[in-house]
Amino acid sequence: MSRRPHASGYFRTGYAQGLALIETRTERVALAVLVVALAVFPFLATPFYLDLANQVFLASIGALALMLLTGYAGQVSLGHAGLMAAGAFTVGILFKEVQAPFWVTLPAAAVVGALLGVIFGLPSLRLRGLYLAVSTLALHFLVVYLGAEYETKRGFSTGIVIDPPSVAGLVISSGRAWYCILGLAAAGTLLLCLNLLRSGTGRAWTAIRANETVAEALGIGVAAHKLLAFVIASSLTALAGALFGYFRGFVSVEAFSLFLSIQYVAMIIIGGMGSLLGAILGAIFVTLFPYAIEAALRALPGAQRYAGSLFAVNYAAFGLVMILFLVLEPLGLVGIWRRVQSYFLMWPFRHRPMAGRPR
Amino acid sequence: MANREWQMIHSPLPIRHSPDILMQLAVNITVLASIYALIACGYVLVYRVSRVLNLAHGELMMLGAYMLLLTASQFSSHWAGAIAAAVGLSLLTGVLVYLFLMRKMTGEMVLAAVLTTVALGILLRGAIVLIWSAQQQYPAQRLEITNFALVLPGGARISLCAALLVATTALVYGSLLAFLRFGRWGVRMRAAGQSPLLAAQRGINLHAIYALAWGLSTLTGALAGMLIALDSGLDQTMAIIGLKAFPAALVGGLDSLIGALVGALIVAAAEVLLIHYVDPLLSEVVPFLVLIAMLVVRPWGLFGTREELDRV
Repeated sequence: MSRRPHASGYFRTGYAQGLALIETRTERVALAVLVVALAVFPFLATPFYLDLANQVFLASIGALALMLLTGYAGQVSLGHAGLMAAGAFTVGILFKEVQAPFWVTLPAAAVVGALLGVIFGLPSLRLRGLYLAVSTLALHFLVVYLGAEYETKRGFSTGIVIDPPSVAGLVISSGRAWYCILGLAAAGTLLLCLNLLRSGTGRAWTAIRANETVAEALGIGVAAHKLLAFVIASSLTALAGALFGYFRGFVSVEAFSLFLSIQYVAMIIIGGMGSLLGAILGAIFVTLFPYAIEAALRALPGAQRYAGSLFAVNYAAFGLVMILFLVLEPLGLVGIWRRVQSYFLMWPFRHRPMAGRPR
Repeated sequence: MANREWQMIHSPLPIRHSPDILMQLAVNITVLASIYALIACGYVLVYRVSRVLNLAHGELMMLGAYMLLLTASQFSSHWAGAIAAAVGLSLLTGVLVYLFLMRKMTGEMVLAAVLTTVALGILLRGAIVLIWSAQQQYPAQRLEITNFALVLPGGARISLCAALLVATTALVYGSLLAFLRFGRWGVRMRAAGQSPLLAAQRGINLHAIYALAWGLSTLTGALAGMLIALDSGLDQTMAIIGLKAFPAALVGGLDSLIGALVGALIVAAAEVLLIHYVDPLLSEVVPFLVLIAMLVVRPWGLFGTREELDRV
């Protein structure tokens, strides 16, 4: 699990405390404040900010899934957009072909995701690192091709329009309704990830990432756990894709380019590898980044002339930020946050004592 | 994209006699294989020497093609001067990319280095649109090169630039192989690729070698980019051609130049034949299908070194 810096005065006295999700009163208060803030937000925010929050929730689900796979199990995937596309297209196809309601399409998307997870994961039994990344990249193109093929063959060449889902006669289309649903989905995903990671499965993943040979020697079923990581991550990602399809009301292969895969990888890098908090921070950062760039272009004098090519500015700035994080801050936003925390915990000292440091 | 490339490869396609079609298909395969091979040798050069997969190669190649646009407006007097200047600039770009970016990633995880190249690719794409706009450009017009179709014996047609591309690929591969086999720096490059530690202990300047590899890789990519741009115009989709050439490098084995040549031939043949006989939409995906097949059967490629798998 991630190592949180604690102020002095807190000592674990039992194994149960080591497993607890919320350990101290400060954390409990912080969580309560966060929950209240999230609950109040939709009543204060403008529709624009509500939409941003919804996008962040969606991105968080995908980023959490990728973090499980890459940050914890150590299996690289450049095919995340392909999996999202699979989920979205499952919804689109089931909706168009048999008018299936959402309580059919969402589980179906999860199942399709799980199956694809097995397919994406099979190369991981033989390949490592770079080659695995390449194989997932190839599968991404394959899934997107199949989606495009469906679109052209069935005559939806511009995309598939999906009606908003309805629960007990209530149609979910307003930003606030989506805020509730996506927020709960993201929270559920986070809880699932937290629980997975403190169970045997999560520890097996961490062991595999640290050293496959040693993990196998410890009696961990490496192949099964790798596949499981792919299945769980893919299924969550496909669900996120399905929700994305419903949320936008529109499914098209254009939305699932290679750039989206890279954005998700960027989220977990910028957020900080091996930390669920990092996945969420990264999702927030990457989702809000283009809007921040747009606002900056509007605010800065002389930047107006680039407003016409906003897309290109976004691209260039995004690449630059990703490079800066990779080169200068490989630990990501979480690394920065941890450093700030330790700074205040250490104060007035600058460094930990050399001997007997709490590790 | 699919359409444009379709036209590019199949532009003057005679459809009357089947022998003609076969000849034309053979020519198309040769041209596409040359494109892929010329691009793929850039992937191989960098990977073989520094074990970094350069996923920005497509964008660097596109940058090279845009450099031609730049030099064409500066030295519009003569096309040879413009091309030579653009080639020089590309070499410089590759060296600078290594010195200012990839050098910082030495010793980091292999994957971090790969992602850095991905990020570089995104940055370059954005920068290119900002500088040259997203419109399709025709450097051939600026250089006043007329691109006409040559009729080969057997009735197949090939455009002048495509023929030049095939010749360039042969020349580049010939000189690269000779350079790596006999050249002083070529031997050093191979040594650095085999064992950086031992190479460094023998007094080989690894940073210079890596910079040279990046420079040469960008140069060959840029040559491919320029020739494609001269043949069929230049816009953002060129980076995708660069990415599609990557399977060729991997199918042949990421650390083998000969492998890249063979891989390019296999991928190009599969692509042209499947497009012709099955479905033009397949163009985007065929190289990756070949790639998946290869990864399942023989992940280290036809001519690659097997130990590579455990090193990454």
